Amino acid sequence: MNQLIDFVFVSVILVSIGIYGLVVKRNAVRLIFSIEIIANAANLNLIAFSRYIHNVEGQVFALFSIAIAAAEVAVALGIIIIAYRLYKQIDVEEFRSLKG
Amino acid sequence: MVDAFFVGVAILTIGAAILALESKELIYGAIALAISMLGIAGFFLLLDSPFVAMFQITVYVGAVAVLVIFTVMLVRTQDLFTVKDDKGRKLGGIILMLLIMGGIGAIFLVSGINNPMFGKPDSKPVEIVEIGKSMLTYYSPALIVLALTLAGAVIGALALARREGLLKENESAN
Repeated sequence: MNQLIDFVFVSVILVSIGIYGLVVKRNAVRLIFSIEIIANAANLNLIAFSRYIHNVEGQVFALFSIAIAAAEVAVALGIIIIAYRLYKQIDVEEFRSLKG
Repeated sequence: MVDAFFVGVAILTIGAAILALESKELIYGAIALAISMLGIAGFFLLLDSPFVAMFQITVYVGAVAVLVIFTVMLVRTQDLFTVKDDKGRKLGGIILMLLIMGGIGAIFLVSGINNPMFGKPDSKPVEIVEIGKSMLTYYSPALIVLALTLAGAVIGALALARREGLLKENESAN
């Protein structure tokens, strides 16, 4: 039988992979991937705790969190497309000016 | 004591997450991200939450992955390979990753979550009916705000991506 700590460990590993991506990667789309991985680790934690202490709120909050993450991805991809039109690349280190 | 299904799903999820960040081609990274999200949905099924698992598959594998793949296809692919990772920064990132993994993992190992009391889940899982009741009664204002947020975000993203005159303005400014 799986224990709660097993799910928490998977979640910790996913969060560390996401932070690694945020620190190292310069491609804007990969930064979105990292953020998504971190958000999913958080959702996994919510569901695991909701199961093991029998709590409805965990699942409700996970549903809200998934919906918010979807909206965030839509906006972030719109910003990436417009930044690509302006700068002709998606390297975040080149996005230096706020003029647009 | 983990069962074989858990180990398989964990390897799939973590391996696909690493591949999403480290694959050579961005489009393969997007597909790997979708597989990783599918693995998370598998964890939700393992935790007796089929409704959230279906929601996860619908939103992440269905919507977000397709959105990302279309963006990758819209952005010209040659430009994506010019971005090279800094070697020193990559090493620093790996060290930071291992530090966070070890640090938070050690904290959880000595914390109360490792207690045998959490070893087996509550006998009956949370029912879908309870989720629906809770969403439509106590959390109904949050649900309405969430719906407006989603609509606003999608309209904003469309408006942002459709500004045709912006390119010319920028060229004339330069």
